[in-house]
Amino acid sequence: MRLVCLIFSFALLAPAQEVPFDPEYVIPKVNPHTSPADLKNGQQLFMGQCSRCHGSKGEGGSGAVLAQPRLQHAPDDQSLFLVILEGIKGTEMPGGYAIDTRETWQLAAYVRSLGRLAPETVPGDPTRGRELYQAKGHCGQCHIVGGQGGSLGPELTDIGSRRSAAHLRAAVVDPSSALPNGFLQVRLETKDGRRITGVRLNEDTFTIQVRDLTGGIHSFVKEDLKALERDAGKSPMPSFQAALSASEMDDLVAYLVSLRGEK
Amino acid sequence: MRRTLGLFSAGLFAAVLPLAAQVSFDRLSKSESEPANWLTYSGSYSAQRYSGLNQITAANARQLRPAWVYQMRTTERVETSPLVADGVMYVSEPGGSVTALDTLTGRPLWKYVRTVTKGSRGCCGQVNRGVAILNDMVYVGTFDAHLVALDIKSGIVRWDAEVADPKLGHSITAAPLALRDKIVVGMAGGEYGVRGFIDAYDAKSGRRAWRFWTVPAPGEPGSETWAGGSAKTGAATTWVTGAYDPEQNSVFWGTGNPGPDWNGDVRQGANLYSDCLVALDGDTGKLKWYFQFTPHDVHDWDSTEVPVLADAVVRGEKHKAVLFGNRNTFYYVLDRDSGKFLTGRPFAKQTWAKGLDDAGKPIVIPDSEPTTEGAKVYPDVTGGTNWFSPSYSPQANLFYVATREVGSVFLKGNAEYKPGAQFNGGGQSPIVGEDPMGAIRALIPQTGEMKWEFKLHTDAAAGVLSTAGNLVFAGDTQGDFFALDALTGLPLWHFQTGAPINANPVSYSSGGKQQVAIASGNSIFAFALEN
Repeated sequence: MRLVCLIFSFALLAPAQEVPFDPEYVIPKVNPHTSPADLKNGQQLFMGQCSRCHGSKGEGGSGAVLAQPRLQHAPDDQSLFLVILEGIKGTEMPGGYAIDTRETWQLAAYVRSLGRLAPETVPGDPTRGRELYQAKGHCGQCHIVGGQGGSLGPELTDIGSRRSAAHLRAAVVDPSSALPNGFLQVRLETKDGRRITGVRLNEDTFTIQVRDLTGGIHSFVKEDLKALERDAGKSPMPSFQAALSASEMDDLVAYLVSLRGEK
Repeated sequence: MRRTLGLFSAGLFAAVLPLAAQVSFDRLSKSESEPANWLTYSGSYSAQRYSGLNQITAANARQLRPAWVYQMRTTERVETSPLVADGVMYVSEPGGSVTALDTLTGRPLWKYVRTVTKGSRGCCGQVNRGVAILNDMVYVGTFDAHLVALDIKSGIVRWDAEVADPKLGHSITAAPLALRDKIVVGMAGGEYGVRGFIDAYDAKSGRRAWRFWTVPAPGEPGSETWAGGSAKTGAATTWVTGAYDPEQNSVFWGTGNPGPDWNGDVRQGANLYSDCLVALDGDTGKLKWYFQFTPHDVHDWDSTEVPVLADAVVRGEKHKAVLFGNRNTFYYVLDRDSGKFLTGRPFAKQTWAKGLDDAGKPIVIPDSEPTTEGAKVYPDVTGGTNWFSPSYSPQANLFYVATREVGSVFLKGNAEYKPGAQFNGGGQSPIVGEDPMGAIRALIPQTGEMKWEFKLHTDAAAGVLSTAGNLVFAGDTQGDFFALDALTGLPLWHFQTGAPINANPVSYSSGGKQQVAIASGNSIFAFALEN
């Protein structure tokens, strides 16, 4: 995920989202706020502050799936408390700015309760899906799984723990409907007539850096460009709806759902 | 432990640097007449952040190059605005440390290291925005809420006064402001339910001369604007340096949000003197007048922006005015003698007020308050602008403001006060899929109408400097520091510093050459025309 890290590195340093925290607070090993009243307040906080990305039942969306027994970045209560408080560096997950210690625990209690919900049932055969991923989809040309593949698109090693099956199906059928952050497609033309389409790696007020569809990296001063189009809502990835049968689509989605971070 | 490190032997720089001169009150009062120095936080008592130097112009700005870089040993955010007096730059560092630098080379001359008291707390890191100088002393506020006076030639501590208890959430992040014989200082802690104040200390002894409470005591005027006992935790902190009119002997200072920030249910009323500009007598601290920008604020829109003093002709009548670009996105012109509202209008995207009435009070749009489900409102908590300084150029007669175009979803939450703990009552979430944007805008000071804008690819978090070379210098959160034409806004020069810029630019002269300096990341960059 180097691309994402690069693009978000400045945003993560921005001043508005400082983490408030009492430095003398000793984080208990077990959540001290798990009463029904705590869960109710945690749900209210979750709906207000978390559901937009994680889904109202923790089913995931642009944020990770939380309706699972084990959370990759928060295997125990202490780590879940810290994830809510500080966010996860290098990802879109921000810190819980402006919630106090008790509210953080209440939120943690509600998130844990989501993991006790029945897991999503996914049709399809992940083993066949893996073969389709390699042989028919040629997905590895643009995506890395377990250290293998190309880097034009996002890494998928743990995509099954970060995105719901519905989100993954949408990403395969209509990639533009499920765009990940940090992968904006841009088209530009230089004053000397060169045209480049690619993924924006970085951009500031005066310059832009782009990786083209062959992997080549370009950097431009904007005043040297004749045209710069940002294709918000568009993806360089093609739709696989026509290329895969309904059962093959199920198999591919089942394979993607099975990717839980094992390298 | 507080210690000072001597970094050069006496007389080493005597050939090129004059002895550190006395920076008298008379010099501070006439600082516009010596543009080779930058003697107060905003460059002058009128807080215009304008430099009379004109060596760097639109014609040669492309020849600007780094003259030197000074790197601090810190991972905290650096918001300092340096002072320069007679060839020496005085830079505050996070927590309240101070370093004196040779402006020819950027090499340290002395350093005062502040070790912050354990248990000190603040919402937003151990930031520090600068120092004050008066006669033979340098003054700095510290994150653990002390005011410290240092010997200007060595950095050795002359006195150290405790301003407030840091363990309850008090801190000092603002640069002090030196008057004739007093040092005025504001404080931070608006997210901890503290009671705000502005203090003045005797410059020689460190004894407190006066205190103005920004939240009235029971029975005092304004206390009726706080329901129940809510004034006790009313905040209204004072964390950005104000302006001073020596003729009136008036101190002008902005105040912050009422506490708790986002849940106004527990503090019904206008909540005076939160989100105000207050005019205080410099000798006594007595309130002369106040103007409240955002009564009963529930979005954390502190009015801790820099008040700019200038003359303005409004509707045909000349006024000694205060120009104010507020975090709530409205630009205001106030009469400096009375605090009367003269005119105002928004300078950035906002969805919370239909406008201002004849008295300058916002006409609030219903349903723009935070809710438990979340209410989408522009601007976000950081506002249309913030603490970073605006600038007024008397030469161009334009008011420049670094602007943000960002909204958010405001949430109302619990508001239970515990001493020393965060007391927010809610929060905000970003609007999904919306990138923060901003611009440098030039406003016509008499009306607030926009003359030009230079759009940024990101939001703004750095101040603006205008110069007699008809230039505007500004920076952004992606690390670009740049020069614009002051009359048209056209870009003339830019330099990528490699880190977000959260500071204000200054200009001065060193060895006969104009320099422009800005903090970026953990470093101070000084630029000058190449030889």
